Amino acid sequence: MNKIFKQALLAVATTTIVVAAQAETTLVIVSWGGAYTMSQQRAYHDPYMALNPDIKIVNDDSSSEGASKLRAMVEAGNVTWDLLDAEAPAAITLCDEGLVEEIDFDTVLDPAPDGTPASVDFGESIVSPCFIPQIAYSTTLGYRSDIFDVEPTKMADLFDLKKFPGKRALEKRPDPNLEWALIADGVPVKDVYKVLDTEAGVKRAFAKLDTIKDQVIWWTKGSQPMQLLSDGEVAFGSAYNGRLFQAIVVDKQPIKMLWDAQAIQLDGWVVPKGAPNKAEVMKYLRFASDTQRNADQAKYISYGPLRASSAKLVGKHADLGIDMAPHMPTAPENMKGAFFFDFLWWADNKDDLTERFEAWLAKG
Amino acid sequence: MAIAEAQNEVITTADGVPLKISLKKALWQRKKTALLLVAPLFFFVLITFLIPIFDMLLRSVDNSIVAEQFPTVVVEIRNWELNSTELPDEATFQALFKDFKAGAIEKTISRLGRRLNYELSGMSSLFRKTARKIKKVETPESATETMIALDKKWGKLETWRLIKRESGKYTSSYYLSAVDAKKTSDGSISMKDEDRQIYLGLFWRTIKLSTAITLLTIILGYPIAYLMATVKTKTSNLLIILVLLPFWTSLLVRTSAWIALLQKEGVINDILVAIGVLSDDGRLAMIHNETGTIIAMTHILLPFMVLPLFSVMKTIPPSYVRAARSMGATPFTAFRRVYLPNTIAGIGAGGILVFILAIGYYITPALVGGTKGTLISNFIAHHISSSLNWGLAAALGAILLALVLILYILYDKIVGISNMRLG
Amino acid sequence: MPGDTPLVQFVNIQKSYDGEILVVKDLNLDVAEGEFLTMLGPSGSGKTTCLLMLAGFEPATYGEIYLKGKAINKVPPHKRGIGMVFQNYALFPHMTVSENLAFPLEVRNIDKSERETRVKRALDMVQLGTFGDRRPAQLSGGQQQRVAVARSLVFDPDLVLMDEPLGALDKNLREQMQYEIKHIHENLGLTVVYVTHDQSEALTMSNRIAVFDDGIIQQCAPPQVLYEEPDNAFCANFIGENNRFLGKVIEDYGDTVKVEIDNNAGTIIAKKVKVEGVGVRCTLSLRPERVTVNPEPGALPNIFSGVAEELIYLGDHIRTRFTVCGHDDFIVKIPNSADHAHLKQGDTVNIGWTAEDCRALDPSD
Ligand SMILES: Nc1ncnc2c1ncn2[C@@H]1O[C@H](COP(=O)(O)OP(=O)(O)O)[C@@H](O)[C@H]1O
Ligand SMILES: [Mg+2]
Repeated sequence: MNKIFKQALLAVATTTIVVAAQAETTLVIVSWGGAYTMSQQRAYHDPYMALNPDIKIVNDDSSSEGASKLRAMVEAGNVTWDLLDAEAPAAITLCDEGLVEEIDFDTVLDPAPDGTPASVDFGESIVSPCFIPQIAYSTTLGYRSDIFDVEPTKMADLFDLKKFPGKRALEKRPDPNLEWALIADGVPVKDVYKVLDTEAGVKRAFAKLDTIKDQVIWWTKGSQPMQLLSDGEVAFGSAYNGRLFQAIVVDKQPIKMLWDAQAIQLDGWVVPKGAPNKAEVMKYLRFASDTQRNADQAKYISYGPLRASSAKLVGKHADLGIDMAPHMPTAPENMKGAFFFDFLWWADNKDDLTERFEAWLAKG
Repeated sequence: MAIAEAQNEVITTADGVPLKISLKKALWQRKKTALLLVAPLFFFVLITFLIPIFDMLLRSVDNSIVAEQFPTVVVEIRNWELNSTELPDEATFQALFKDFKAGAIEKTISRLGRRLNYELSGMSSLFRKTARKIKKVETPESATETMIALDKKWGKLETWRLIKRESGKYTSSYYLSAVDAKKTSDGSISMKDEDRQIYLGLFWRTIKLSTAITLLTIILGYPIAYLMATVKTKTSNLLIILVLLPFWTSLLVRTSAWIALLQKEGVINDILVAIGVLSDDGRLAMIHNETGTIIAMTHILLPFMVLPLFSVMKTIPPSYVRAARSMGATPFTAFRRVYLPNTIAGIGAGGILVFILAIGYYITPALVGGTKGTLISNFIAHHISSSLNWGLAAALGAILLALVLILYILYDKIVGISNMRLG
Repeated sequence: MPGDTPLVQFVNIQKSYDGEILVVKDLNLDVAEGEFLTMLGPSGSGKTTCLLMLAGFEPATYGEIYLKGKAINKVPPHKRGIGMVFQNYALFPHMTVSENLAFPLEVRNIDKSERETRVKRALDMVQLGTFGDRRPAQLSGGQQQRVAVARSLVFDPDLVLMDEPLGALDKNLREQMQYEIKHIHENLGLTVVYVTHDQSEALTMSNRIAVFDDGIIQQCAPPQVLYEEPDNAFCANFIGENNRFLGKVIEDYGDTVKVEIDNNAGTIIAKKVKVEGVGVRCTLSLRPERVTVNPEPGALPNIFSGVAEELIYLGDHIRTRFTVCGHDDFIVKIPNSADHAHLKQGDTVNIGWTAEDCRALDPSD
């Protein structure tokens, strides 16, 4: 009798605790998963939850399909995401389509420590009124360091099957493969988008890709090219510079990377229209985008903060203690030959070129 | 006379009610019970299967987005002929400006751009560019000039012909796209440019690979099923577990295993090189191509062949083959003339099951098929979850559905659906 | 017409399926040409196994089977030329009746016209001339059975094996088919090895019956011998009805013995069949129809008084249960003749039998 009573009491108590726990706010933050989400967890989420015990942050690794999933959610009238980590072109299209909130940067975000307003501090990286910039990253090339007598030095080597035989892992989408094809074909970096804007340019890019097509394994998830490179299944792999950093510097794999013709891209936050906890997520954004936090992320992954005021604060890797600045895509040494991804051009042409790219692929 | 009367006489039950009515009443009770038993499943299937399929068929022809975004334009453009060599009149341009600006402010217009881009490339970027600029423009004197100034594509007949052609509530264009055809600007139907054709090839590849997979599962599954049906129950239970093993391992584990096994530097290639069958640079490509898809899908779908075969074979008494042998048939003749025909129902059921599952499979081909081993379903999935071209996805799905139905009809003609045994 | 060498010879055959139990223990059996031999025995006694070994579907674990004097252990089934009718008929469901019948002819490459005449003849033989185009599933059990018989005969085998072919039929049909099969056997001069667990079927049809029990042939003899002179208690019990007494031999007179029934219930003089000397235990077996009611006193060596416990009127005879010598299950068949004793339940009368009709056999269980 007594025992049953105690059990009942325990059950009631547990229920109360669970109910109490549910009273806190849960923010669903969608990002890219893996090392990248981990860097956000450590730089933003953990400190924020420490300061705000009533907030619980849940990660969702759906960013690679973020735009389409968000469209589907809006279509179904059931948005469950509070914040989405998106690439600039996706942010632009989502903003055009009215699926994400426009942001008043200077009221929503904190100024730099010296008082510079956020809109100025982020500067040109604000490519859309909906896009709160976070980091710059690049898509670039990794290669096996143990199979070539003469190592590759430039993007054109990716297309040189004679000198550098072997399979290539490339991302299964038109960008930045088309740009690379043109650069390898001799188009100067500054003219890439001018050429690509013409039908002849697109044809030229695809023709160049045709020369390596049957040697390409197409990847869709950031972890795949790293796996293929580690297994020796491919000689080259396009990959995000942060993942390459992880494999080369942290995991010490026999892989090296090329900075030549790296495509520098921007990544940031967008707030979905109809986010369940808009007010709370705005508070989180103010915290996560401040100067110190923006710089902190670089302690965990080699992506460059986008606040001008954060750049000076980039220090050493949190676990390895190595200096992170030279590993940033934006380090001057790495910027030779790099090109900035044209977000607007891609926002306008993505639908079209994706369709052509898929057709080109399916021709097999 | 008497006979006629007897014929007309109504047979009644003891209480004088005509027999037929009494019988109906009695049967109605039974029917009611049956209906009640079936009702939950019926509603479940209705909601989760029939309505979605109906919705899919509707979506594959639905074109209402054009009238939603261009409510005035679709009215005005009625006065303009498709084969006209002049641009529409100012009134139509005014309607365009009005609808477009409203859509741009609502941020809904780019969806129409995406929709029209399916028909004519460049539409999406035209709409996005125009939408970004038009918000700042006041209602103009000459909408024609203003629009053409915003983007010269508004001054092209091609653009207007497209809008005119797609101004109806329904469209056949998704189905045309699904078979690599298009409407040309004069409204006639022709095949798409060579380098834009995808789906016919994919349908063909899907059918080809699915057939290969079905045949392979028959060849591999038949002996196993036979063994299972003839050994002791204990042994056959063990065999069933082995056959079902693929179901019990997660997809990711299986996929990694295949990759480890089949890739260039994988176990099989390593072994073949080690024993000297292959030279080191002659390693076989068995994954990220059609071979990968066939191997992996055969593996996954094998149980769907083995189980129906097993259940049919279990019902074939050993005395059939014995009888044939005693009458003078060699083992092979006895198999061919007696055993095999009696397993046709199992082969048919397993075959149709495997084939239908195969043409609808997309996860495995996406993981191990590379670009040459992807199937039509991968594109359906792509259009549903990435490109969000649901109309095209629905049209492709409807064609696939039609294929399956044709298959069923053929099967019914040849084997008979009622002979199907699934286990 | 029995030939010189038997058509089939089982020599020292042993069979085990699992290496632990002998299902057939040292089988020796000859089947003469033209003979109708029945293997009779309870279920599980190894009859089917013997047929399967003969047909070639199961290898003998030890011993040799001869067909027409030739050892056939290594001859595959399809070369043995033995027709077989299976317990469940084994008609091919995907073929019509005609196709079923034509099958053995086709695999023998017999040409089409010849095939058709023989199929037609076989169908006529079993009176199914108009059923050629039906599928087996569209026939009744009796019709299927006839097709199975016809199919086993259509290629003119010397030997036909039948494994409980009538087991699935109802009583009337079964009796009718027994005669039909018997007639076919006689008309065609076939050799038939027939398996059944139904003793009346065996008695009706056979030239000889081999009684199986536990993998051993208990007795192999023509029906009347088996019925009237069973060699042992199992046969006496398994075939026909039978009153049993258990007891001990107390005197041996050479041809007859005196047996004391257990529990001192009396002594019976019986024919000495399978008992060895004084003091051994034995079973006495007596057919119910060999008992006389109200015998002349002293006319029979065995006369006892019995109480009629139950009378069942069966038309041609009255089946009466008595208590005799302490046994209350003693059955007597009183023929319904003009002058038979009219008993009532509870009557006490004398009953008796000859020593010849009461057989002293081995002590069974
Ligand atoms: N295929 C088999 N495997 C193992 N044991 C068997 C097999 N067939 C029959 N037996 C066993 O052998 C014995 C004799 O069987 P069977 O010849 O079928 O008897 P019957 O036909 O007289 O009923 C039975 O105990 C049966 O269980
Ligand atoms: Mg049997």
